[in-house]
Amino acid sequence: MEKVEDQNPQQEEDQVVNPWEVSAKDGGKIDYDKLIDKFGCQRLDQSFVDRVQRLTSRPPHVFLRRGVFFAHRDFNDILDAYERGQKFYLYTGRGPSSEALHLGHLIPFMFTKYLQDAFKVPLVIQLTDDEKCMWKNLSVEESQRLARENAKDIIACGFDISKTFIFSDFDYVGGAFYKNMVKVAKCVTYNKVVGIFGFTGEDHIGKVSFPPVQAVPSFPSSFPHLFSGKDDLRCLIPCAIDQDPYFRMTRDVAPRIGYHKPALIESLFFPALQGETGKMSASDPNSAIYVTDSAKDIKYKVNKHAFTGGQETIEKHRQYGANLEVDIPIKYLNFFLEDDAELEHIKKEYGAGRMLTGEVKKRLIEVLTEIVERHRRARAAVTDEMVDAFMAVRPLPNMFD
Amino acid sequence: MAFSKDQLLDRLKELQIEFSQYEHPVVLTVEAQAKYVGNLGGALSKNLFLKDKKHRYYVVSALADTKVDLKVLSQRLGLGKGGLRMAAEEALVEILKVPLGCVTPFAVVNESARHVSLLLDHGFKTQEYCFFHPLSNDMSISLNAHGLDKFLKSIGRDPSYVDLEANPPVGKDQPPDLAAFVPSDAPILSDLPVKAPTQDSTGKHVSAASNSAAVAAKAVKPSGNVQNVKEKPVNTVQPSIPAADAGNFVEELLDRASALLLSEISEDSIKQHSGQLGAEVANNIKKCLREDLKNLATIFKNTAYTEGFYAGTRYQPKRL
Repeated sequence: MEKVEDQNPQQEEDQVVNPWEVSAKDGGKIDYDKLIDKFGCQRLDQSFVDRVQRLTSRPPHVFLRRGVFFAHRDFNDILDAYERGQKFYLYTGRGPSSEALHLGHLIPFMFTKYLQDAFKVPLVIQLTDDEKCMWKNLSVEESQRLARENAKDIIACGFDISKTFIFSDFDYVGGAFYKNMVKVAKCVTYNKVVGIFGFTGEDHIGKVSFPPVQAVPSFPSSFPHLFSGKDDLRCLIPCAIDQDPYFRMTRDVAPRIGYHKPALIESLFFPALQGETGKMSASDPNSAIYVTDSAKDIKYKVNKHAFTGGQETIEKHRQYGANLEVDIPIKYLNFFLEDDAELEHIKKEYGAGRMLTGEVKKRLIEVLTEIVERHRRARAAVTDEMVDAFMAVRPLPNMFD
Repeated sequence: MAFSKDQLLDRLKELQIEFSQYEHPVVLTVEAQAKYVGNLGGALSKNLFLKDKKHRYYVVSALADTKVDLKVLSQRLGLGKGGLRMAAEEALVEILKVPLGCVTPFAVVNESARHVSLLLDHGFKTQEYCFFHPLSNDMSISLNAHGLDKFLKSIGRDPSYVDLEANPPVGKDQPPDLAAFVPSDAPILSDLPVKAPTQDSTGKHVSAASNSAAVAAKAVKPSGNVQNVKEKPVNTVQPSIPAADAGNFVEELLDRASALLLSEISEDSIKQHSGQLGAEVANNIKKCLREDLKNLATIFKNTAYTEGFYAGTRYQPKRL
């Protein structure tokens, strides 16, 4: 019996983690153990990583190896079913609130692409333009435009068009999708949704009725053009852990309306350049590396704004070594440096004070520049026609191949 | 394969675009043109052919009175302060296929000008009609901005009008407002490669259509596709051609593989591995390139699928 979060998260004095706000307790770091405990999800341990490697016959993704995706709900059920020959589909999404995407935004998409390739399963990607229209007070047209622009960056992450359906809420809500929304809505009381999301009497009714929109892509019957006749198909949702509340609600409702509970695989927050107090913010350009940053920008941002654990002087550094707990370049390398051996070496040398902060930063700049460059080239190949094709309501006959 | 004046005029008539034509001696400047057609009521245009430091080209077409500041334009495009220059005469001939003094928005009809960005003065929209050269300096044609739009749309161009005199601030929080006009694809600089992609893309359409199992629901007739591509010199799916071109794709793969191969074989590595060098290098290449090449292949696949999808949505069923 899993815990369903009933208290209003905002009332707690310590860290706040919900879809619209992430902040640690009093300038500290996010306590992920506490979060897992409070939310009631499970830790993803090494046995899972090994099992994934066995089932997919390929090395596990760097995010799995390094514990970036660290929590889950029912991932073992997905793997059990997969072993028996039962496939699943992936569901992830983005709230298109700005045109500026940073590396933190790409993390769930990079991981989802790996899952799509490794397990050979289809994927639906939801662009919640309606949500941003409501929460960020954007015009309908602007949020739709942002959705399309963001879709291009998402496509640039390398999804296979013959297995991927991207949709925006404003375009797609209706028909079978809406029927499921109503089914879900009937199962969640006003009090419950206030408890989960912290709505108040001042919030408009759009916000209050939004959660079902993000819930129903977890049910295959929401996509009759894709999964007609496959009501039994399971769903796996890779997301950042702040999205957990939506899916706790969904998992609570699912059995009541006769559907499988969606499984989740959740990631840490990508820390801001200035340090681990919360997540990157699209509104502060120096807190993040953007996919549109030039090599020069990346070099500048890492050199000038990255919070390091190095000591104040070279002598002190050689003596005491770096504080790896708070060092941002090390944390970023943890996310993006593929070579396990090289990362270990850097951690060892830097922690002992034999390697200087400058060298670590230099390596990080190389790694980030390569990623951003690759993304930019892929993005340049994405045309409006390609976006139209990804977003067209069309069958995907080869989605499990 | 340069479009001629007569072909252009025929095409305008085919598209039922209203225009008037006026022959006159060859003119090289707006002042000279004004002598012959200046008193006919319409607005004269001045047309600039520009290039930036990365060899991307732009046609800026404006009302003769509109002040065009290249420094401001350069910033608004995101090219920095001195990023735009007048293009060389050779480029005019090679890319726009028009002689000196004849820059005109109509020049983008040419295959070679596919990647040239077109900026139109929003002032055109307020005029009853405007004068342009129809690919030749010995004639001027006058037509309404709607007519120009219709023509541009027919060749797959999106007509967008810009306030060329505006000078909005460009900085960290205000991105360059005309950045979208900077061509993102590599420009085609000489005639020969231009022909090849067209041929390849014809072949591409046929194979993409028949291989695209995802579009299996619609039986796209190969002959129908080929015919469509031949009729229109500029394929409306052009923007993605560089990626969907099988030849370019293979060249890119081979370039990366050989670059890596060369870097792997050095005096040191020969000494270190001697007889086993081959196996060692082969393994490294596979390890390093696997993901990279898969990504390239996915882009290629997505582009080919998109072309097929686009063609499928415009498919005309057999008449029974």
